[in-house]
Amino acid sequence: MTASSIRALKVVVFGLCLVPLAMLALAVFGVGGLSLGANPIEELIHQLGKWGLKFLLITLAVTPLRKLTGWNWLIRFRRMLGLFAFFYVLLHFLVYAGLDQRFGLAVIIEDIAKRPFITIGMAALLLLLPLALTSTKGMMRRLGKRWQKLHRLVYVIAILGVWHFYWQVKLDTLEALIYVSILAVLLGYRLLDWWRRKRWKAAGPRSSHDRIAHPR
Amino acid sequence: MNSSSKIRSWEITSESNYLNRRQFIQAAGLAAGAGAAAALPGRALAAVRELDTVPGPYSTDEAPNSWEDITTYNNFYEFGTGKEDPYRNAQDFQPRPWSVKVSGECEKPGNYDYEDIVGPNTLEDRVYRHRCVEAWSMVVPWVGFPLGDLLKRFEPNSDAKYVRFKTLYDPQRMPGQRRAVLRWPYVEGLTIAEAMHPLTLMAVGVYGKELPNQNGAPLRLVIPWKYGFKGIKSIVEIEFARRQPDTSWEMAAPHEYGFYANVNPEVDHPRWSQARERRIGAGLFAEKQATLMFNGYAEQVASLYSGLDLRKNY
Repeated sequence: MTASSIRALKVVVFGLCLVPLAMLALAVFGVGGLSLGANPIEELIHQLGKWGLKFLLITLAVTPLRKLTGWNWLIRFRRMLGLFAFFYVLLHFLVYAGLDQRFGLAVIIEDIAKRPFITIGMAALLLLLPLALTSTKGMMRRLGKRWQKLHRLVYVIAILGVWHFYWQVKLDTLEALIYVSILAVLLGYRLLDWWRRKRWKAAGPRSSHDRIAHPR
Repeated sequence: MNSSSKIRSWEITSESNYLNRRQFIQAAGLAAGAGAAAALPGRALAAVRELDTVPGPYSTDEAPNSWEDITTYNNFYEFGTGKEDPYRNAQDFQPRPWSVKVSGECEKPGNYDYEDIVGPNTLEDRVYRHRCVEAWSMVVPWVGFPLGDLLKRFEPNSDAKYVRFKTLYDPQRMPGQRRAVLRWPYVEGLTIAEAMHPLTLMAVGVYGKELPNQNGAPLRLVIPWKYGFKGIKSIVEIEFARRQPDTSWEMAAPHEYGFYANVNPEVDHPRWSQARERRIGAGLFAEKQATLMFNGYAEQVASLYSGLDLRKNY
């Protein structure tokens, strides 16, 4: 891919990432036959939360996809996708805090302290903050190797986020389990990849030594 | 009295809301085919018939929710677990013919047709607050008759301490039952005193019309001081029991849902607060309102529970 086609594609992807927000905005005002239903605040919170999780999973899919297809240019989209995950999670929280709880600090703190599914959701949001703040090129350079270590937090965040969804469901966990399964595949791939590389590293030198010792 | 000429309680208490509903019905007709969400209410109105009713006691003067809210935002897992699933999936359900099996500790067990059950009663309009365990609420203008009037006709004996109710089990007609989300069929229960209480309603309609399928046609309970899930829908069995019956939500998650399930702002659900509730239809910028003890019916029902630890018997 040429630099200019990546730039053009970035504009397209950026626009696509805003489509869910645009649809929700239209639904808020009941435009185009869209509607949030009888309980609009709850629907808004749920939709924004689920889009946050979807973007987290899409972000986590970039690396496996890149390795499986060899399309290395995919990595150029990872930061944007990750920031959109943060964006939707933040909106999810703001609608909960603002519209649902009307910024009632006491009620919000009580929720975070007393309700485990909110506690872990809040933890995931707070952990996303440093990742969003260190997503610039300058911060990447400044942090060097520590940057990658820090950004491994995304695995913890994704687990907390999906768990937050699963725990919040009243009874029918099917939809939440779909998110759990996708996350399991994405994290499982990394585990497998890590294990294979470790084995290859361990086995690598010995096999090359063997080759030298016993030339065919 | 002709049902088209008389004034119903909700018309007195909330004329503007009723007018909204009329405009809404017209708009729904105009919007037919204009897109899924806009077309929702038009279909909801399709099958319902006007009922002949008289004003009943205990009605609240709070503004009732719109027909659209009441018939498109439902928990009725027999037709799916999404809030709009019952509206979407219950349209083809045929609530007639319908019969109810009456059994247990009574003198007149047997199978009773819908007409046998409903016929002898005067249908009353009763506008009740409805509080869901999920911390949202509505105001619903039900049509029905006191459950106690019906139960007395079966002549329960002195061993009848509880009444157990069962929903239809028919996965062909109730597609939600094809997945084991809850243990089917849905079962609920009341103490005999709760069942005989004059607030407890056997509902057959809403807004002066026959119950839409998604609201539990053709027969459902309304116990306004309890969380909504106690109001069992599409009832096919009534049993007078000696012992407290197992109930569906209690069996599904006993630490979260109890047999009594009285609305109580002081006893939280383990995963969310019950102190306040979101009134459906109040809009995007409305504040939640305080939940009232026994959903505001404490004056009528608190004496039923004197001496009972409501924190333990949630």
